[in-house]
Amino acid sequence: MTPEQIIFLIVAGATLVSGLMVVSTRNLVHAALWLVATLFGVAAMYAILNAGFIAVVQVVVYVGAIAILFIFAVMLTRRDMRDSGPQHNKNWWAGAFVSVLTFGGLVALFQSWAGFSKTAAVIPSGFDAVGLLGSQLTSPEAYVLPFEVASVLLLAAMVGAVYVAFTRK
Amino acid sequence: MIPLSWYLYFSAALFGIGLFGALSRRNAVAILLGIELMLNAVNVNLVAFWRYGDITMMAGQVFAIIVFAVAAAEVSVGLALVISVYRRRNTVIADELDMLKW
Repeated sequence: MTPEQIIFLIVAGATLVSGLMVVSTRNLVHAALWLVATLFGVAAMYAILNAGFIAVVQVVVYVGAIAILFIFAVMLTRRDMRDSGPQHNKNWWAGAFVSVLTFGGLVALFQSWAGFSKTAAVIPSGFDAVGLLGSQLTSPEAYVLPFEVASVLLLAAMVGAVYVAFTRK
Repeated sequence: MIPLSWYLYFSAALFGIGLFGALSRRNAVAILLGIELMLNAVNVNLVAFWRYGDITMMAGQVFAIIVFAVAAAEVSVGLALVISVYRRRNTVIADELDMLKW
């Protein structure tokens, strides 16, 4: 086992354990904090995959904004954050069954695919992934239209969120 | 070197955990937490396919960024809805929000 594989296994194990804590812990503030741990694990995964820009965006957008939004939402709905009573609905076993079935189905699907155990090509020296990503995101021949559509979607969602959560006098 | 299969197993497991959270939690905020886990699992897959395919094709990373934007939009609207429902009905338990059920 190479050091790279050992690091991968440690990061993957920590991420999956904190993911399990997100869906199983009773206290929702703790669940949101476990979500922060999971998101950091996924950011480390991007760093292992040599996608440095995506890793930084993950930390800034998910950990910095989305997780904080969750903690605010939990605190604003505090009366239902009671630790008594079941946190899972009465059909939770069916949900667990569907999840295990999905996981098993995905694994079975992967194993019938030829490129499954492919290894990564070595990145050529001087390859500028961030520069290439930036030029592709703003180039009319590549992805400028999806990029602009995503920003309009985000603007519309923010306006909608303010409108929905606004209290009328 | 890490084979591609490890990333696919990891993201399938994370997706399964998120699906369980979204299906089985009672609190609406916790359901959104599960959806976030599923979106992250998809993103790991996209970036892994970029790395293990032709790395001069940036489609995987571009899609990951668009998923970030969609996730931010989804979570802001979702939490605004939860807070709005909480103000009117004084509950965020998904089972109790049954006004549309006959």
